[in-house]
Amino acid sequence: MTEPGPQRPRATTAMDGAIALIAVLLIVQMWLLMATVESFLAGHAEVAAPAALISALLFAACAGLYAFIERLDRAATRSRR
Amino acid sequence: MLWKEEFSVEAAQERYVTRRQFGKFLTLTSLAMLAGNVWILLRSAWRRGEPEPPAQLVLRAGEVPAGGVRVFRYPGPNDPCLLLRTGPASYVAYSQKCTHLSCAVYPSDDGRRLECPCHEGYFSLDDGRVLQGPPPRPLPRILLEQRGGEVWAVGVHDGKVLS
Repeated sequence: MTEPGPQRPRATTAMDGAIALIAVLLIVQMWLLMATVESFLAGHAEVAAPAALISALLFAACAGLYAFIERLDRAATRSRR
Repeated sequence: MLWKEEFSVEAAQERYVTRRQFGKFLTLTSLAMLAGNVWILLRSAWRRGEPEPPAQLVLRAGEVPAGGVRVFRYPGPNDPCLLLRTGPASYVAYSQKCTHLSCAVYPSDDGRRLECPCHEGYFSLDDGRVLQGPPPRPLPRILLEQRGGEVWAVGVHDGKVLS
């Protein structure tokens, strides 16, 4: 039987989850920017406003998840002291 | 102590620091994407406020025979365009820059399409739409007006196919 490895702290698992979610949102945002540039060059300026709004929402979600990561980091640092 | 300055993060803390920094990097990249979208929004607003380019004489009567081609620049000196005389009194004009990577397009050998030699892109002579190849958009069409025997360029129709 193999020895069980060291317990993975819950905080790092939560951080990994949040980072994965940020990465997914970022990929969506990149795709949105590419599609908006393409539409703009094709003369469809009407898509610019909704695209900017959706991009702002995606950024807000990313910033919220990053704030969550910061909070976990602070809590973990406090518990180690 | 010097070693504390060099190694300011404890080993136990490292996994948190690297994750936090990576999260910050991703979030800042997300901010850059938002900035790009806002930039396009501002450009769209500016474009709406821009006046139409002034009319420009392209061709006088009899200068180009039926089936002939003339290269001209419109609306600016860095905007090469092609005017094609498709019939005795019919003309079409398009931007000469391919919408893929801006190579110069020219009429194909059969004279029925515009061809981009870089990546084998073909555009319709009737409305500038993409017939084949990698170009993502139709060629911008130059709006023409016939005044007497002269042909004038009076505007640019960006990317959209005119019916």
